[in-house]
Amino acid sequence: MKKDRKGPVLFSEYKPGSALLKAAGMSREDILFEIKDSGLKGRGGAGFPASVKWMLTASADSDRKFIVCNADEGEPGTFKDRVLLTEYPELVIEGMIIAGYTIGAKEGIIYLRAEYSYIKEFLENKIEEYRKNNLLGKNIASKEGVEFDIKIRLGSGAYVCGEETALIESLEGYRGEPRNKPPFPVNTGYLGCPTVVNNVETLAAVPHIINNGGEWLHKFGTDKSTGSKLFSVSGDCRYPGVYELPFGISIKDLLEISGAENTKAVQIGGASGLCFPESEFGRKLSFEDISTGGSVMIFDKSRDMLKVLKNFMEFFVEESCGQCTPCRIGNVRLLEGVKMIEKNEYTPEYIEKLKELCGTMKIASKCGLGQSSPNPFLSILENFKDEIFGKHLNLNYDEKGIKKSGITAAAHC
Amino acid sequence: MKKELRSPVSQRPHTAEDVNGKSGIGSEVSIELNGEKIKVALGKSILDICRENKIHIPTLCYHEDLCIAGNCRLCLVEIEGMKNLQTACSFPVTSPVKIKTFSDKVRKARKHIIDLLLSEHYGECYSCVRNNNCELQTLAREHGIDSYEFGHVCEPRFEIDNSSAAVIRDMDKCILCRRCVRTCIDLQEVGVLEAINKGYETKISTFLDLPLSDVICINCGQCINRCPTGALHANDPSDEVWKAIEDPRKHVVLQTAPSPRASIGEEFGLSPGHSMTGQLNTAARRIGFNKVFDTNFSADLTIMEEGTELLNRLKKALVDKDENVKLPQFTSCSPGWVKFIEHFYPEKLDYLSTAKSPQQMFGAVLKTFYAEESGIDPADIVTVALMPCAAKKFECNRPEMNSSGFKDVDYGLTTREMAKMIREAGLVLPELPKSGFDDPFGEATGSGLIFGSTGGVMEAALRTVYELVTGRPVPFDGLNIDVCRGMKGIKEASVKLENCKKEFSFLEGIDLKFIVAHGTANAKVVMDMLTKGELSGYHFVEIMACPGGCIGGGGQPIPTSESIRKLRAKAIYDEEGSLPVRKSHENPKIKYIYEKYFSDGPCGKLSHKLLHTGYYKRGKFIK
Amino acid sequence: MNETEKNTRREFIHVLISRHGAERTSLLPVLQEFQKKFGYIDGQSQQEIAFAMNIHPVEVNSIISFYSFLYDSPRGRNTVRICKNIVCDFHGSSEIADAVRKEFKLNSGNTSADGKITLEITNCFGLCDKSPSMIVNENVYEKIDKDSALKILRGL
Repeated sequence: MKKDRKGPVLFSEYKPGSALLKAAGMSREDILFEIKDSGLKGRGGAGFPASVKWMLTASADSDRKFIVCNADEGEPGTFKDRVLLTEYPELVIEGMIIAGYTIGAKEGIIYLRAEYSYIKEFLENKIEEYRKNNLLGKNIASKEGVEFDIKIRLGSGAYVCGEETALIESLEGYRGEPRNKPPFPVNTGYLGCPTVVNNVETLAAVPHIINNGGEWLHKFGTDKSTGSKLFSVSGDCRYPGVYELPFGISIKDLLEISGAENTKAVQIGGASGLCFPESEFGRKLSFEDISTGGSVMIFDKSRDMLKVLKNFMEFFVEESCGQCTPCRIGNVRLLEGVKMIEKNEYTPEYIEKLKELCGTMKIASKCGLGQSSPNPFLSILENFKDEIFGKHLNLNYDEKGIKKSGITAAAHC
Repeated sequence: MKKELRSPVSQRPHTAEDVNGKSGIGSEVSIELNGEKIKVALGKSILDICRENKIHIPTLCYHEDLCIAGNCRLCLVEIEGMKNLQTACSFPVTSPVKIKTFSDKVRKARKHIIDLLLSEHYGECYSCVRNNNCELQTLAREHGIDSYEFGHVCEPRFEIDNSSAAVIRDMDKCILCRRCVRTCIDLQEVGVLEAINKGYETKISTFLDLPLSDVICINCGQCINRCPTGALHANDPSDEVWKAIEDPRKHVVLQTAPSPRASIGEEFGLSPGHSMTGQLNTAARRIGFNKVFDTNFSADLTIMEEGTELLNRLKKALVDKDENVKLPQFTSCSPGWVKFIEHFYPEKLDYLSTAKSPQQMFGAVLKTFYAEESGIDPADIVTVALMPCAAKKFECNRPEMNSSGFKDVDYGLTTREMAKMIREAGLVLPELPKSGFDDPFGEATGSGLIFGSTGGVMEAALRTVYELVTGRPVPFDGLNIDVCRGMKGIKEASVKLENCKKEFSFLEGIDLKFIVAHGTANAKVVMDMLTKGELSGYHFVEIMACPGGCIGGGGQPIPTSESIRKLRAKAIYDEEGSLPVRKSHENPKIKYIYEKYFSDGPCGKLSHKLLHTGYYKRGKFIK
Repeated sequence: MNETEKNTRREFIHVLISRHGAERTSLLPVLQEFQKKFGYIDGQSQQEIAFAMNIHPVEVNSIISFYSFLYDSPRGRNTVRICKNIVCDFHGSSEIADAVRKEFKLNSGNTSADGKITLEITNCFGLCDKSPSMIVNENVYEKIDKDSALKILRGL
């Protein structure tokens, strides 16, 4: 295991088992208090306070509850969970045990994406070590009645299963199609039982918070975004990789750290995120400004932004679960729009109409996939309009959308 | 009727108890609906609240009979303080929310969704079987759609599957609301249709994409009744029927089943629950059918055969101590149910009565007895059956259904197809004068009539069996055996046989126990009880494949819902109560045919040849 | 498929179900392990699994079609995945994929005639920092190029 990574929270020194033993001496209320105090928010991108999820599940009336670790890291350009699971599995496992103890769940499931099946055996061995050391199973840390075990379930290749209710459907043996919400998993989750679904990175932060106290996390990050974030940096830079940096870092600083030069655009949040041009590199990565699951894709000045957009829209057409109308068909229409631009066969009016459709998709889709898939369409076409529409002059149609017989003037969007 | 067990958690309806535990039941919450303050029961869905308050919310994937899906997104409403719109069908009200059902955002979103659906919907309305009764078309009209905002498909993407005698699938018209999937899997538990693939490639298909005729479809047609568009429709033989009518050499006879008569008025704008028996007879004659007969006649025949078969089985079991006799005896008049048991319980086929369904009995009688009596060459007789059913189309095409030496029933028409023929002929059914049925079969009894509703066969059979055994009418007020009636999924009851006639003394003191079930999901429950040995001591089981029985059949007018089915049932029971003869065995024409033709009586040699059949062990495994 | 082969599969399904349980929650693990052994899940086995778990066969079929890592038709002995996400694409993954196609003569379809490989051009599999990358069965190859990719595949 490589331990040369450095970071304020997750990549800092940690003695395996220490948080578990400490938590075993704490009451559930105390743990909840520390988590609440820390201001820990979900690291998957949505930023829902972890303590609220835990509290709602803890107070739900049920004999059976579950902790699910969402390791279905499918957002293009994200690989931080892979690093955490291969290099810091103790943090994740202990985070799950502590969460289970706190909310009264005895069963934990790691939903590992199919593409990471090569990590499964390694994780299973780790879990077995915990069992042998009496840190998993019955009477954990010799504490009477504290029971928790973890099993690993492999995904089967569906991006949408990263959505928590789709993930639960998949665990239950159905097509990974998101559920209607409400009810939320905290009330009606896996097998109808109260369930906490947390991102790998969220759970990994828990042991450090237990060891150092909730207040400690405020040392890093900003007021509303305490602690640090893992950024998966890839694309046109000298040092791609996972970086742990405090919340509030600017895009510019991140580019510098990763050795990016001549950068034209940065796509933050993966395919479903937003694309920022140079003029916005001063913006900050935090829940207050740019909220993200941590994917940072860097494109230098040689890259074709329409190609980037097309790649993302193709991804959504394929990975939509196909259940709800706005997402299943909407993404196809958006991709068609991109292809129209590519072939110079668009009208500015139609592109505007598609942008309006984006607005509907954002508020009418059933889950986060359809709600966020219009993001790259809107942000790339807006932020790189000079490049895209400058290159793809629409010479074939007049402003009323009527095809011209001869090429006369350039229509500009 | 809502089946919850198999449906995924996401599709189960949420009650006040789910939301607030036991304390939630009965409590109320104040909300604001389009600016109006009202009090509603905690946990009720926004859609239900709106309907109660006479606010129309457009829906597509929602269907009263099915679990919630929330995937078409048309019923979106705006809730103050929430960034995203919420689906009214799935959203339970649990706090004092402020709801807007037609704000700018909402209207725009709905219009976009319809635009998107239309952009993928191949075909034109005027060339569609559901023209004027299509939910997508209605929505487009209601929302003022006047152009294809996002284009329109110009070429079909799928091949039409017309392999089945009953159900045709045209997936180019499918909007993926998945009502058919929920019908087939959750409501009927047959499991033929499911969503295949994901994303844009998603489509509704069968196991391994096989044609419908090669999978375990029971042809119940419930998917057709719940399809909002023309993607699923029945295999319509009316062109052939017209051709036969035009052919002067052909003697075309129509038999009409009771439940289409109770529902066909809906096709002409009447509210559910108006019986059109007399008008339909007139319409059929004006269209050019040479004779119109009442299927109730053969329903009475079925009761005689099935009832006698039951008594024979009882005698073999009780007197001869024959261990091979299978009891309880299951009814066999629902062809959907017959195919269901052939596929899913092939080892239990011996429990099924060998009596043919009324449709097939009539066909066989028409091409034998009737042909002889009227001196018409059976080769020239074309028998058409008006049925509430899609599966009847499959049934009449079964290769063994030719005991008359000809195809016993040539064509099966659904209620919808008959209505179409009447409209084609320029007739307005409700305005026509009434007329009676033709002889030699004349008017039938009320027993045949109530076959149309769940429990009807049982009630009719009890009236006859009880009286045959004891010599007295059934001990129920006005012959109405109420325990057989109503929409409960599985009903059971018993009647004690006392002071039996001498030849039935072996039945003295026996509690005749029976079960009535409708919908194949309920049939499954009954069959699993049988497998577990929980039905020993029971004698007779009535099963209808469709929810509500024939009045909810797959050939009935669209839409369907429990309240509509109840009204149709009521029309049948009301008509029945006023008939002079209400017991099958008292039907003078039945007496006549047994004297004249089936002279060795019910279950005799000739009736065995013409009125009984056998079944296939199909199994559920697809090779 | 001959009777012996059918029986082998049937027996293995029953082993899997006794290991995982017949509840619906076990469906995906059962399908995954079955596929691991036999390469794909044939129609006969889909039905066997469905009946043993009290699920409709069409649902099993539906689930296999939903998940891109489950297959219902025969495949090559080795599954080669090349990422098509934009980062890998910009780093040459599509050229590598083209080279593989040419080498193994994958004109139509994605399985080579000799059954050696099945090529899958997949969405991001989380190796963008080592882009372009390739996964062969469960082995990860980082920062490949045309030559190294072909060398790896020839050596299978």
